[in-house]
Amino acid sequence: MSRSTALGLLLVAPALALVAALFLWPLGFSLIAAFTAGGEVSLAHFRKAFELYSTDIVFTLLIVGLSTVLIALVSIAVSGVLTLSETGWLVAVLKQLYRWPLFIPFIVAGQCMRTFLAKNGLMNNTFVSLGVLDPSQTVSLLDWRGIVITFVWKQAPFVILMLAGAMASLDRSTIEAARNLGASRLRSLIEIVLPQVGQTLLVALVLSFVTMLSVLSVPMMVAGSQPTMLTVDMAFRINAYGDYPTANALGVISYAMTAVAAWIYLRHNLKQQREAGL
Amino acid sequence: MTAARNLPAATLKIFGLGLFAFAIFGPLTNLLLWSVAERWYTPFKLPVTYGTRYWEVVFRPTGDAMAALGTSVWIALLTVAVSLLLSIPAGYALARLKLPFRALILIVFLLPQAFPSVAIYINVARIFYTLGLTGTVSGVVLVHAAHGLVYSVWIAAAAFAAVDRDLELAARNIGASPLRTFFTITLPLATPGIIASAIFVFLESLDEFTGTFFVGVPQVSTLPLLLYNASMGGNYQIASITALILLVPSVLFMLFIERFLRSDVLSKVGH
Repeated sequence: MSRSTALGLLLVAPALALVAALFLWPLGFSLIAAFTAGGEVSLAHFRKAFELYSTDIVFTLLIVGLSTVLIALVSIAVSGVLTLSETGWLVAVLKQLYRWPLFIPFIVAGQCMRTFLAKNGLMNNTFVSLGVLDPSQTVSLLDWRGIVITFVWKQAPFVILMLAGAMASLDRSTIEAARNLGASRLRSLIEIVLPQVGQTLLVALVLSFVTMLSVLSVPMMVAGSQPTMLTVDMAFRINAYGDYPTANALGVISYAMTAVAAWIYLRHNLKQQREAGL
Repeated sequence: MTAARNLPAATLKIFGLGLFAFAIFGPLTNLLLWSVAERWYTPFKLPVTYGTRYWEVVFRPTGDAMAALGTSVWIALLTVAVSLLLSIPAGYALARLKLPFRALILIVFLLPQAFPSVAIYINVARIFYTLGLTGTVSGVVLVHAAHGLVYSVWIAAAAFAAVDRDLELAARNIGASPLRTFFTITLPLATPGIIASAIFVFLESLDEFTGTFFVGVPQVSTLPLLLYNASMGGNYQIASITALILLVPSVLFMLFIERFLRSDVLSKVGH
């Protein structure tokens, strides 16, 4: 080992040690707690977790999956307008608008939505005042819909930021050529622009998927009742019963969901490398 | 002719933009209204009486909120100190020195962010309990620092990588020691990027809820925990004012991020 390598490892070691102590060690702890009972390897905790929380497992996947799809649609639409619109003022205003929720903490977003989406929240009140809704038609959206709306509101700006950035750095000539040949802007977006920024979109969506899977505050604040997300169930098992084995089994199930997202990303990446002949 | 054809299109654009603005600012407006509403109940669409009574409650020097603000800022500052202490050497090594498994080391720092954090934090809390670290500021700082390490290390590495090597070589050629070169040339030139990473870590720590929820309670109360408890207790005024205190630095950072993070540094993040 050269001197420079030894020095490099020495400089990185303290930071790596912190990750080992506060991530790898607890991760090992959680796996052991989930897969053993009475000192032996056992799946008993998973049986209990599925028995009690199978609805919430499906519910978590559906909420995070639906949010990811909606975030993708919103982001493609907004970045498409930002890239292809010929109306200067529209692009300028939209650019200033979309970023606001970018760094707003989830817990603040949760508090905003807890009031905004309530039966007597500002959203319903505005619609009633405008005559769009009758007061008897208003409903509270503080359930799974509220969680999805909060996630889209909070995460879409991040995906738009990455996607619009990738679109802006594309070679304009292919887009111009398609437009000159008479392709509509929608068609240019779907057939010319999107395929070239697919990688960026996928990375941003995978990151958002994993982030949403870990959020505890939003489901607790926006939707108080059952069914709820796995993060809330884990917190409940710990705080109400001190039941670490079941909580950790639920934790391993959420790792598995993350692993699926990571696998989709890696598979796509490999496929692209193969196509590029690498 | 064109004007007549453009008019419906322009109306549609303005309508769409208005709807988008409502979706973005509606929830924030509701938060603002609650923060200045002294009384607000159904069926009233807007607050019945406005006032700053709850602001006085929050900003009373002896109140819970000021204590929580103090704790939050103190924890965030300590977290920045810990992460800079770890990330400056690590970032320099990743940018300038020959490291085996460099890509793997970069990924390791991403892991705490990429894993479902609740499952990790419940076990951190358990380990900390045996070490006597639960409910202490040091425990919370360690959790926040580990969580923010991906920003501080990745951005520090990018900032060092963006420093012109020729300047370092020139300093070495006129006889400066490697250490002196680092402190007089490399570090000052990388400082803007490192400040950006420090701001990231500071905000992450200020806004962090889940880790503090499991590791800090009941002794350590930060602003996000105060906000959560006030909101669950139905005290929307206190919750909204606390949320606004957390909101201001986040929005300012969003507005000015491009000044802190130059694109030549940004393009090297994660490479």
